[in-house]
Amino acid sequence: MTRVNFILLAVLALCATGLVTSQHKARKLFTQLEKEQERARQLDVEWGQLQLEQSTWAMHGRVERVARQALHMGVPDPRRTQLVQPADVASDVASHVASDVASAVAGARAAPADSGAAKK
Amino acid sequence: MKFATSPVLELQLPTWRSRLLIGLFFAAFCGLGARAVWLQGMNKEFLQQKGESRYSRVIEISANRGKITDRNGEILAISTPVKSVWAIPEAAQPTPTQLARLSALLEMPPQEIRKKLAETERDFVYIKRQLPPETADKVAELQIPGLFQRREYRRYYPGGEVMAHMLGFTGVDETGQEGIELAFQGQLAGKAGSRRVIKDRRGQIVEDMESIKVAQEGRNVTLALDAKIQSIAFTQLKAAIDQHKAKAGGIVVLDVKTGEVLALANLPTYNPNNRTRLTGAQLRNRAVTDSFEPGSTLKPFTVALALDSGKLGPQSMIQTAPGSLTIGSATIRDAHAEGMLTVEQVIQKSSNVGAAKIALSMSAESMAGLFANVGFGAPPKTGFPGEVGGKVRPYKTWRPIEQATMSYGHGIAVSLLQLARAYSLFTRDGELVPLSLTRVDGPVVAKPVISAQTARQMRHMLEMAVSPGGTAPRAQIMGYRVGGKTGTAHKQENGGYAAHKYVSSFVGFAPVSDPRLVIAVMIDEPSAGQYYGGQVAAPVFAGVMAGALRRLEVAHDAPMKAIELPAEGQEVKESI
Repeated sequence: MTRVNFILLAVLALCATGLVTSQHKARKLFTQLEKEQERARQLDVEWGQLQLEQSTWAMHGRVERVARQALHMGVPDPRRTQLVQPADVASDVASHVASDVASAVAGARAAPADSGAAKK
Repeated sequence: MKFATSPVLELQLPTWRSRLLIGLFFAAFCGLGARAVWLQGMNKEFLQQKGESRYSRVIEISANRGKITDRNGEILAISTPVKSVWAIPEAAQPTPTQLARLSALLEMPPQEIRKKLAETERDFVYIKRQLPPETADKVAELQIPGLFQRREYRRYYPGGEVMAHMLGFTGVDETGQEGIELAFQGQLAGKAGSRRVIKDRRGQIVEDMESIKVAQEGRNVTLALDAKIQSIAFTQLKAAIDQHKAKAGGIVVLDVKTGEVLALANLPTYNPNNRTRLTGAQLRNRAVTDSFEPGSTLKPFTVALALDSGKLGPQSMIQTAPGSLTIGSATIRDAHAEGMLTVEQVIQKSSNVGAAKIALSMSAESMAGLFANVGFGAPPKTGFPGEVGGKVRPYKTWRPIEQATMSYGHGIAVSLLQLARAYSLFTRDGELVPLSLTRVDGPVVAKPVISAQTARQMRHMLEMAVSPGGTAPRAQIMGYRVGGKTGTAHKQENGGYAAHKYVSSFVGFAPVSDPRLVIAVMIDEPSAGQYYGGQVAAPVFAGVMAGALRRLEVAHDAPMKAIELPAEGQEVKESI
């Protein structure tokens, strides 16, 4: 009877220590989680600030001013612009695959003007 | 002496002493028991609360206001944390050197800070709100006792004055006050939450106890606006207003396939990031909240009604000689006496007499019905704060002269946004498109008003008005077929019309073969000599339309040849 009691006491002591340890571990992990969440918030704030900075630099008015004044660029004359219809693009791609000489030549001739001018 | 024979053992203590002791112990146990019941049973909640308050804390979870982006995700408005400096006046007594450095950092005169700190009867005084984080850190480094900082959010608008009227702004506590910020306040605003946690002695959170209120982040709003088209529209409008020394102006760009407002700009404007010294004129979103007498831009509606009723065809002849028409005591005049004109030419040459004659051939009721059907006289229900419906008087009170003048846009007032929307009638084969400030991703249901055939005939007429023989050759764009109508109206002043103050406008669409955009331009009081809509507003239209069509990669529908303009002095002047 006494032996059983002693074993139960030992088990109880073990359980109690285990509970304390696990609680301590849980709290430690939770603190870590909190810290990471705080960091996530900080990064989120920083991301917002970077987005703000990016959109301020990338404002169209500014880009246009830099393009025109510093880089001496301009809008191409509509006569030099050629819009590519989706069908043309498809045939252009197909021509590369099937090496259809005629359409490849046409595609190559259209390509520089299109890719440069038709895109914004 | 042996222990067993010790005389002490012989002593007999009285029995009551042991009894008393037992009694006392028992009483003590009873006392403890009662105390335990009292604390655990009766006072449990109060004590538990007291205990929790020693280690648990309620902390606030902040929620961000949603971002506003354009249709392509470009950021137009975003909140970012800033610091506000506040003080407990009684405790805050900076030394003169600290005060001097503080005033330099905050860009505030020292007297003003001293005045704020003199309010000792208050416990909380803001010294300065919304400082950039770097400045706030420097203020913290001064270590002035009684001076504290508080985290707040501030709204930034990278687009500045270009988008100001569309977006509006928020107040210092982040509630929308104007524009989209106000219209979408419910969606944008976040709801701050709170939770209870256990903190250890180092102030670290070690356990979550309960969530009291879940924080709700503000939702983002994706506008229909295209930042690039907006920028083009703003730049072109500004250039025209500077060139013509105008008082104000507005422009609206609509995608008629979806009813989306791709751009909306007004001048004068303001910088929403720095709102000191604002005037009412700068704040007004004219295109939405002001109505004006549109002038000849309204003629196509009268003509469309006549065509739709089958009374007239595009080639029907109208006698406009001798260039004036007297109704009662009033006379309607044309700029040039033209003689016999077809209905098409009435639009092309913008003849007032022609339009008035067409209007008088119809009943007032049917004209009023059309105006109501195209949305005049009722707010366009975009949800934009302060939008107006314009002024259309009830048709039963119309006199013939009023019906005649309304046909060319006098005695009736509409907003620029309404006017732009009404033109969707001609571009969508007779349907009026509902407007949307936010991006539309599905098909839209439009309301049919006139027949598709009438709409096609109108498109042809409006294309003629933009040809070298019409009133707006300067609205032409290389590579695209364009249609549109000019308007030039005397401004109303003190109940009459001012002799030399005009409102010039132009509303048009392109490409005519499959219209994609409607652009309406209004320029208020151009005073550098030119004032005809074809001279002042049409070039703005052409510049913005060309840029916008390029941006949207719309296919060309006209050969690439230089734009034909009539010779000097040969331009068709419209009637005012």
